[in-house]
Parts: sequence; C-alpha cells; structure tokens
Amino acid sequence: MSQLTYLKAINRTLAEVMRADPRVFVLGEDVREGGPFGATQGLAEAFGEERVRDTPISEGTICGIAIGAAQAGLRPIVEIMFIDFITLALDQLVNQAAKAHYMSGGQLRVPLVLRTQGGAGQRAAAQHSQSFEAWLTHVPGLKVVMPSSASDAAGLLQSAVADPNPVVYVENKALYFQREEVPDAVAPIPLGRAAIRRPGRDVTIVATSRLVAEALAAAEQLAGEGIEVEVIDPRSLVPFDLEAVASSVARTHRLVVAHEAVGQGGFGAEIVAQVQAAAFDELDAPIERVTAPFTPIPFSPPLEDAYLPGKDQLVAAAWATLGYQIGG
Amino acid sequence: MTTDAASSIIDAPVAFSLLRTMWRIRAFEERVSELVATGEVPGLVHLSIGQEGVAAAVCGQLRHDDAVYTGHRGHGHALAMGAPLDRAMAELMGRADGLCHGKGGSMHLVDVAHGLLGATGVVGGNIPLALGAALAVRLRGGDQVAVVFFGDGAVQAGHFNESINLATLWELPAILVCENNGFAEFTPRSAHTKVERVSDVVAPYDLASETVDGNDVFAVYAAFGRFLARARQGRGPMLLECLTYRLRGHYEGDPARYRQALEVAEWQARDPILRLERRGLEQGLFGQAEVAAAEREAREAVEAAVQFARQSPFPARDQLFVHTYAEQE
Repeated sequence: MSQLTYLKAINRTLAEVMRADPRVFVLGEDVREGGPFGATQGLAEAFGEERVRDTPISEGTICGIAIGAAQAGLRPIVEIMFIDFITLALDQLVNQAAKAHYMSGGQLRVPLVLRTQGGAGQRAAAQHSQSFEAWLTHVPGLKVVMPSSASDAAGLLQSAVADPNPVVYVENKALYFQREEVPDAVAPIPLGRAAIRRPGRDVTIVATSRLVAEALAAAEQLAGEGIEVEVIDPRSLVPFDLEAVASSVARTHRLVVAHEAVGQGGFGAEIVAQVQAAAFDELDAPIERVTAPFTPIPFSPPLEDAYLPGKDQLVAAAWATLGYQIGG
Repeated sequence: MTTDAASSIIDAPVAFSLLRTMWRIRAFEERVSELVATGEVPGLVHLSIGQEGVAAAVCGQLRHDDAVYTGHRGHGHALAMGAPLDRAMAELMGRADGLCHGKGGSMHLVDVAHGLLGATGVVGGNIPLALGAALAVRLRGGDQVAVVFFGDGAVQAGHFNESINLATLWELPAILVCENNGFAEFTPRSAHTKVERVSDVVAPYDLASETVDGNDVFAVYAAFGRFLARARQGRGPMLLECLTYRLRGHYEGDPARYRQALEVAEWQARDPILRLERRGLEQGLFGQAEVAAAEREAREAVEAAVQFARQSPFPARDQLFVHTYAEQE
C-alpha cells in the first residue's frame, strides 16, 4: 500500500499497461510534457516518443488516427484534454469508433481508450468544466467509465485497455489531487460492476464520479440523524449494473440518483427509468435526483459554488424520500 | 510522366487485368442502378460510373495486407481490391450473406480479408482512419501502406487539413487519393473554394503530390506506382489527385439538373473504359475478342452475383443485436 493521488494512480497504471503490452501507445495534446495535470508525466522518458505521441490541436483527427490504429490491431490510449473538447472528436467517436464492429458485421474491432476529464469547481468557466458523459452513453457501441477513487481509476483503466471496444474513460479534475491508500498492485475491475461504498438500510444513493465522496459525506451526516444511507457507485455507466442498484432498492425502498452533469437528459434520468421498470413495487417514494441546474457553468466563484451539486442537496433529497407518505 | 512513358510499364497482362476490373465495376454498378429502380437495392446508393479507372489502377497494385479506406462512393474500390461480387451484391441487397451480413450496405462495404478496412458515409471522416493504419505500420514495422479514397468535396472538411498536417508531420506511409470529379454532391468545386486544384491546397505542406487525368488508367497506374514504391519503403505521405467525372448523379435518383448536357457528353467521350479499349487495341495489348470477353464475363459474373444475393436470406431478427459490442477473443 502507498498513498497515491487519483492522478498518480492513472499515471502509474498507464506505465504498467504500456510495459505489459507493446501494442499500447498514448497520443494527445502535450502528452510528452504530461499535459496540464501531469497524467502522462514521465511516459515519454520511459517508453519513447514513438509510443507517447504529441499531437497538434486536432481533436477529431487524433481520435480518428487512434481508431484506425486500433482497427489495425494496436491499443491506442488517446487523450482529449478536457471533455469540453470532445465535441470536436464526436464524429470520429460516434460515427466511426462506435459502429465499426456492427457495420462491418463483426470484421472490425476498435480496442480504443479515450481518456478525458470533466467537472467544475476550478473557476474554469463554461467551456472547461462540463460533464458530457450522458451524450456518450446514448451511443450504442461505446462504453463509458467514470472512476471516483484512485484505486478504481487504476483498476478500471486496466479493464478499459483490455476491452475489445471503444471505452471512454472520464476522469474528474476535482479528484486529481485527492490522496488515498492504493495497493501496490491493483487488480483489474471489470466494467459493469458497481461498488457499494457504504452499506445502509434506509435510503440508497447512486452517485457517480465526484459525487460519490459527496454522497459519503451526506451519509455520514445522516447517520448522526439516525438515517442509514447505502451509497452505490456504478463505476461504469455503460455497461450499467442495474442489478446492484435494484437489489439495494429492494432493501431500502428509497432512491436518490446524483451526478454533476445537468439533470435534463442526464444519465440519472436513465437510471431512474431503469430502476422504476425493474423495481417499481419496491419503491416507497418517488426517486429523487441531485444534479447541476440547467444552465451553463458560471465563472464567478459564488455562482459556481451555487451551481455545483453536493452534500447538502443529497441530504435534502434523502429526507425528501423519507418524508414521503404513500397516499399522504 | 506522360502516358507514353507510363505505357512502357504496363504490359499486356496488366492492361487486360485493368480492363477486366473496370468492366466488373461498370457491370456491377449498371446492374445496381437497375436494382435500385426496382427497389431490390434499398437505401442511398452512390455510383462511380465513369471513375473506374482510378479504382482499378490504384487497387490493382495493392496487397491484401495493405489498408484501404473509402467513402460513400466505394463499390469500385471494394471490387478492385478483390471483394467478391456476390457477397458485395448481397450486402447491397441487405442479405445475410453480404460482406457485412447486411449491417453496412452500399455506403459501408468492409472486406478485411481483401484489405478493405472501411467505407464511411461522413465525407472526409475516413482520412484520419487511414493515417491510423499507417501509424500502426510505423509502430509495428513492415512495408504495408494505407490508402484512402475521397472526393474533392472532402478537401474543404476540417479533417482533411488536420490530416494533411499530421501525416506530413509524422511522415506516415499513406497515400491519399483524391477523386476530383468536379462536384461536391450537387455543387461544382468552383462554388466551394477559390483553389481549383487539390494539389494546390496541400502545397504549403511540402508533400509529394501529383495531379493526373483520372480517366487515363495508364496515367493513374504509373503515378500511383511511383508513390507506392516510396510508401513501401516507409516514406510518405503522398497525394494523388485524379481528375475524373461521375457519369451518374450524386446518388441514384438525383436528377442532376446542376449539370450541362454538353459537359456530360464531353466526359462520356472520355469514358475511361472506352479509352483503355481504344488504346489497348491500338497498341496490341489485347484484341477485339478479349475486349468483348471482358465485358461479357463481367456481366455474367454480375448476373450470377444477383442470383446469389436473391437466394441469400435476409438476416434473422435476432441479428439486430449481434455485434453491437465486440466480445473478448
């Protein structure tokens, strides 16, 4: 065990997968220097500039090159520096990567990892702070992973690289410098398997990425008020572990769904729809959602703080499910 | 290089092979046009009738371990790479025995066994994919090359300029083949850009580029052959601009009112098959009987392909869900 940041766990895992498989290479803007946060720091020195390729600011084309290389049998890890810029790569990701296996009748494979990061809270304003994962979950053929801790970041990245499909691996910049105990050898975490972060009997909170820690903080506060919250982290949105959530709801009968993205059209809406279909009879209250409001992300610090969903909204949402009276 | 010089490297077997390939494409697409009209080939279909010389001359020199990417007008490239006529026809008819089991259709022919890695319906989106294939050759080592076909309409897309920049920066063994047929969908090139020649667009990048008469199969063969020899040594990229003309509309059903009758008549006189036949006969590369046989055999093979496709079932309903995700091998 050692104390590692989320970012260092990613960096260490990138080195491990590159060491283990010569087909793996990294490309993206400023990756030789490590990028703005340092996720790829030291890789160029360790593996050379052929396998750690700096690219111009051409998101669409670098994504397409990664897809072509994956179709040719390599294992590219392409970095899109901010998820806000994935808009420029969506043609390649959606029209090429996601469909190649299907449209070719199984002839082509795209074992690609696209690493990117989202999330607000850094006073970076509306074009460097967004959470776009729901768009990606809407595309058949893509997998979408959102690690919420350093250990998960390491375990999920290994599985993403080993997966024969295009996997979008969405980091959160607010988590990058959080430190935790991480085993020296992290086992791969299969995609599609949720983690119960805290067991509880009264209400279930399903939270992704940065909001997992917020949910745990809410659970801690609610425990002091006599409410036991179960916190579930799906870890990957596609595939989504409905079974884990539905069986938790069968125990608690109350559900709060939380993510940092805006609520409208967000992945939380999909979770709500899937859970009500799978476990309608188990629910004792309407499902609550905690999300960002339907606005762009403001720059001014007090406004951005007001924008970000967190512990207080989660506590209120949990109470809302508990206060609901059937027929009341 | 003039076409006279080119003719010195094209011997009788090569010339006849080019003619056979061009006839296979022509016969296939003429039959497809009929099947679109009767509804047996559904969907959006873009024919390359009049442009067969480029497909034959380029693909005829490639190997099955090379990587070819094409676009929405890609039947000719698929057939010239060696995709079987019957499975190609079955794909266009949406049948289970199609190249992609009926999942792709006319715009998305893939035949990995013959080096055809993809056909994209989003103009210009295939160029980065080919660069990825070329990068894979670089990282793995080998003498394979990546070739991408696109039209002059793709040159105005952002991917094109990003790709030229990166391909030259990384010196990738890729050959970009632009079939400049003068029209981006319904609109003449002159209405979309001030730059008439695609080779002028890429001039600042200092990559090897050449503009040839795309309806002169000998000229395309010679120019592409020179580029290919360099790419096999890991050098690149290169751009080959082939001036050509599609004798059909943008898609089947396009009334093509944007064209002048005189222009069409002029290009019909420059039909690449007619020109190859005339020249081959003049130079004694093949005889009249062989010319007739090339056309006849092509039409017979296409008819057999239609029969094969008609007998192939439509995919079973459960195939809807197959191949959404790849399984671990």
